[in-house]
Amino acid sequence: MTNASPLAPPSALLAELTYRCPLSCPYCSNPLSMGGRETEMSTQSWQDIFTQAAELGVLHVHFSGGEPASRRDLRELAAHCAGLGLYTNLITSGVGLTRSSLGELAASGLDHVQLSIQDAEKASADWIGGYDGGFAKKMEVAGWIAEEGLPLTVNAVIHRANVERAADMVDLAVRLGARRIEIAHTQYYGWALLNRAHLMPTRAQSEKAYAEVEERRERYKGQIVVDHVAPDYHAKYPKACMSGWGRQSMNVTPQGKVLPCHAAETIPGLEFWNARERRLADIWADSPGFNAFRGSEWMQEPCRSCERREIDFGGCRCQALALAGDAAACDPVCVKSPRHGLIAEIAARDSAEKIEGFIPRRIERDREKSSV
Amino acid sequence: MTTEQLTDASRPHLLRGVKLKNDQVRKTWVLLAPERYLRLNAISVDILQRCDGVAAFSSVVDDLTKKYGADRALIERDVRGLLVTLLEKRMLGL
Repeated sequence: MTNASPLAPPSALLAELTYRCPLSCPYCSNPLSMGGRETEMSTQSWQDIFTQAAELGVLHVHFSGGEPASRRDLRELAAHCAGLGLYTNLITSGVGLTRSSLGELAASGLDHVQLSIQDAEKASADWIGGYDGGFAKKMEVAGWIAEEGLPLTVNAVIHRANVERAADMVDLAVRLGARRIEIAHTQYYGWALLNRAHLMPTRAQSEKAYAEVEERRERYKGQIVVDHVAPDYHAKYPKACMSGWGRQSMNVTPQGKVLPCHAAETIPGLEFWNARERRLADIWADSPGFNAFRGSEWMQEPCRSCERREIDFGGCRCQALALAGDAAACDPVCVKSPRHGLIAEIAARDSAEKIEGFIPRRIERDREKSSV
Repeated sequence: MTTEQLTDASRPHLLRGVKLKNDQVRKTWVLLAPERYLRLNAISVDILQRCDGVAAFSSVVDDLTKKYGADRALIERDVRGLLVTLLEKRMLGL
């Protein structure tokens, strides 16, 4: 730690239970290289991590993936967390859940479900997710969630193929009885960065969608809460990525590696520790990867003396690396970055009309065969 | 809109998926909700512990007025303020 204040405990743990997923969304936040089932941690290892997490001060556990319903022990893991007083959230595509498995999860103490949708229109949604029948299945699952009385959040990632219907997705979420919706304009990491030229909307499209979603926020006030993640490349200031590196949350990969965020491993030279080998509390406090960008000592100008440095923490480290070539640089999304002009160039270039064709997310990936 | 929904006869309660927790690590009460938590001060805890879906809003205010020995209108303003905030966040039912 480089700043004087004592390290606060993490409040959230994102448990990437598996990278297996029936869908192949082109903006997936998982890494490009993913381990399969044989590399995944056992039920017992996960339970041990959750026990340590509760002791450490974690409040929310998010079961994520891949598709967490691909794990046969999901109910057991949910029950274990409930017994520890952890708040459990299932982040799911819905595909892989059955009426009875959802009922069992609810009975085990699952607190909340976050269901993804790819679009408000069936044909487009199924095309984006690369899974025929996915949209219909999600609508069915949303009905089951309502029957169980579980609180529902709908999440939707916005990009060129669905940007015209961002506000329709809010309307759909209201019809599904969701209490919350997350409308996240695509953040370009992992598969999304690879597919950026096929995902980037124009500035005009982004701004129109943003305004329409904001209008829905007012219209549905008290009915649904809208969490709106702004389109990075069309922003003036960067997002406070992860509310600051290593400040509030940790991601645990299916193989047990503990990271500050999904994309942290894209930064070369950082050492991350594994929960199969070390105590979670030690990892949170002492892992070199977590400490690399805590506080403000690591910052360069213009961040170091910036009045916003405790607001957005210099933006995103992974994006600084990807776009400025230096993970400690100011996130180029920031208007104060000397490389800010690059963002507009990329956004304009990548939002140009072209024949649509994503590189679908898959576990065993062969770049040569799927070149575009 | 939600302000008018909350009347003396309302029976406020935390919605499913919204929970009070006495956090032993942070040494504070927190309200856990989907994807977020709120740190609660002692007064908020007192208010929310009385919002059990049985007690009417007016009796929650009466009870707290008695406990704190304060001006009822002042207490009502505080209780209403918290509950309307939680209504807007979709954490509270009436």
